[in-house]
Formats: sequence, structure tokens, C-alpha cells
Amino acid sequence: MELPKTHEILEKLAAAIRAELTEDMVIVGIHTGGAWLARELHRTLGLSSPLGTLDISFYRDDFERIGLHPEVKPSDIPFDVDGSDILLVDDVLFTGRTVRAAINELFDYGRPARVRLAVLVDRGGRELPIEAGFTGIRLDLDEHRMIDLLRNEIGELELKLRPETGV
Amino acid sequence: MQNNRQINKSGELQHLLTIEGLPVSMLHHILDTAESFVGVTEREVKKVPLLRGKAIFNLFFEPSTRTRTTFEIAAKRLSADVINLNISASSQSKGETLLDTVNNLSAMHADMFIVRHAQSGAAHLIARHVAPEIHVINAGDGRHAHPTQALLDMYTIRHFKRDFHELRVAIIGDVMHSRVARSQIHALTTLGVPEVRVIAPKTLLPKGVEHLGVHAYHDMSKGLKDVDVLLMLRLQNERMQGALLPSAQEYFKYYGLTPEKLALARPDAIVMHPGPMNRGIEIDSSVADGPQSVILPQVTFGIAVRMAVMSILAGS
Repeated sequence: MELPKTHEILEKLAAAIRAELTEDMVIVGIHTGGAWLARELHRTLGLSSPLGTLDISFYRDDFERIGLHPEVKPSDIPFDVDGSDILLVDDVLFTGRTVRAAINELFDYGRPARVRLAVLVDRGGRELPIEAGFTGIRLDLDEHRMIDLLRNEIGELELKLRPETGV
Repeated sequence: MQNNRQINKSGELQHLLTIEGLPVSMLHHILDTAESFVGVTEREVKKVPLLRGKAIFNLFFEPSTRTRTTFEIAAKRLSADVINLNISASSQSKGETLLDTVNNLSAMHADMFIVRHAQSGAAHLIARHVAPEIHVINAGDGRHAHPTQALLDMYTIRHFKRDFHELRVAIIGDVMHSRVARSQIHALTTLGVPEVRVIAPKTLLPKGVEHLGVHAYHDMSKGLKDVDVLLMLRLQNERMQGALLPSAQEYFKYYGLTPEKLALARPDAIVMHPGPMNRGIEIDSSVADGPQSVILPQVTFGIAVRMAVMSILAGS
């Protein structure tokens, strides 16, 4: 499968958000890919509002099975969540479990007025009733096929489909 | 004592019994995880749901207010149920053995035991005895180890000094009877601190302490020169009763940390103390409350470090 260029997907996502941009909207990216994407969108949209990041390790629903993620990063929410208009950003929307955890974590900082979701890729395969308000591209991937957002040395983002593994 | 018992076959931390033998990567993993928990404790809701439904027993066979409280707060901030047992006052006085107590609590579906005991090796004994899904944290055993205290000290040093590799650290006071000092020495040398000193009168330094990789001093004016971090130890009052020390006044004169003695260390040196402090015996009030003291940040970081240890254990 040939993916479109990552910067084209990014531009499409940014355009969709720009059409519904509000003055007091703040962006929160989910570690790690979502945080990169959030920074990129923040810059592309020319926002001056604060930019937050969430590490959802303490809110995962698979802690019992796989334990603590080996590289937990601090969450950083540099604004008052009460009454805020939040755009939650992640790179790939799959089962919806990461977004569920992120929303739970956000509510431990306060009660936002609204939370919307933007993702670069919606790859299907949802296990929870969660949908994105803004999507860069929709892909119908087999559930074992992996897609990653990578960042090179000069900070450029690139979507990569992992090669199919022989069954 | 078997230290490898605390690491399981997959290389994960199963129990935290001692710092000795833990790989440097594990120490950094604990400190990094703690850093994320510091942010949690500054939020409006100071809790995460990580250990929801877990039962954590604080088994304190020896009195301790601060350590027990910080473990209790840490467990509650992880959403665990925490049960405090001061055993010196109950079963043991009725003759129940340590392992009987543990068996009874295991039958109540305990997930984790936090153990403080006057006997060295008590936490190891419990760790050997419990079922594999139960985790044990040593909260101080006799003169042997107090690993979470050493870890919170390392967190505090890293917070204020960033890099362990260029530091001179002095541990000052009753090294002989101190489980804190032993754990600190193992942690500091594992993390790559090039120069660890111990400063104490001859009667309060264990023989052969140099074999742990430290330099021994008996004179504060020599020992404190160019030091970056001062780790004060609590002088236990009962030491005065034996022949180890002439008097508290005499001890303060030679080893009490006064502004004059602190001036011998580097101007940006930090002063730490595990508490509770004996003001006017091992430390002067003007130092304890002074600008170089980081004794209260130690307490705050201690909660995040204990949250990190508990969540790493519960997830292994």
C-alpha cells in the first residue's frame, strides 16, 4: 500500500481544524507521536495559546497485564483545565483506549468546557465508542498491520507502515 | 542475604529489599518514573487510578510516623486501599510470630507488604515466604537497609545537582548504626558518584567501611572540604548511654553541622537529613532552616519516589 506524503496529510488535518478554530482553543498532545503532531499543528495554525502534553501511562487499562510503561514522561498541562476548550491530538486512532485514558487524565486536572479529538490517521478497529472530530486520513488496515509516526533528526514527521510480517 | 530475590526472571523488580545489587538502569528507571509522579502530586486531583482495588499493608513492627505516613499517602495517591498495622502494639505482644502475621494478612488477599522491623533481614524473610504475586518493600530493617529513603535522597540530589558523575558527597554522623547510610552508599556508588565520604567519630564508623568504596574522615574540617552534597544522619539518643559518645554537647561541638562548618563545603552545597532531626545535636537550626537546606523538598519527593516503587512492583 502506498501512503500519501505525510506533509499532505498534515496540511489536510490543519485545514480541517482551521475551519473550526476558536480563539481560546488549547492543544494537548498525547505522548509521544501525538505530542510531536500537536507541536507541528500549533506552529502551522499560528497559535499563541499554551501547548500541553499528556503521558497516559498512569491511566492505561492494560497495567494489570503489561505493567508500567518503561519510559513514562511527565504530563505537562500549563493552563487551567476548568472551562477550557481542548483539542486532544494523537497520531493514530485505533482501539480508542488511549483516548479514553487521556480524557480520564484530563478530568483529573479540572472540568473542561469541551474536548475535541484530532488524529493524523484513523485506521479503524475501534473497541470503544470514540471518534475523531478531525482526521488527516482514513485507512482500512488489517488489525495486525502496524503504522507509526516517526521523527527524523531535523524534526520532520513521517508516517511509516511496518512491512507485513509473514503469517 | 539473598539480594537477587528482588529481581524476577524477566529482569523486573519483584520486591524492593535493598539497593545493593540493583543495576544502575533500574535506579534510573525508578527516578524517572518518580519524576512523572511529582507532576501528579501538584494537580487538583492528586490521584491516579493505577493501583485501584489493590490492598497494601503497612506492617510497622517498629514505631515510625514519617515513613509510614509517606507510604500511606503514596498508596492512596495511587488509589490503592492501605491498611496500617502497628504490630508492636498488637499481635506480637500476644505471641504471634512474624510469618503467622503475614499468613493471616495474605489470607485477606494482600497485594503488597511494606515492612519496617528492628531486625535486619525481616523484609527478606517475608519476601521469601509470600506467594509470587505479593510484593514486599523494605521500609527499614535493623541496621541493614532503607532503600526508599536512599532513593528519595538520590532523587533530591539529581533534582538539585543534575549529574552524579562530578559530585563529592559526604555522609555525616552515626554511620555505624545507620541503615540509611548503608543504602545511600550503595545508591551513590551505583549511580557513579566518584567520591563518597563518611565523616564520624571512630566509635560511630564500622570497621572496614572503606570496602564499600567510601573515604573515611574523623575531622569535619577535612571531610567537608569541596563537598557538593551533605547527607546528615540522625544521632540516636540511645548511643549516648553506651560508651560510644561522651555527650550530646561534645558531639555537637565536633560533628554538629553549624554555619561555620558548612562554609567549608562548596558555596552551592546542599544539606539533607532523613528526619526526624535532633536540632542542636547533629544539626544547627540555622542550617536546617537555611538557604542550603533541601530537607523539606526531600519529604515531598519521598512521596513521588514511593509511588514510583509501588507502581513498578505492582506492574511486574
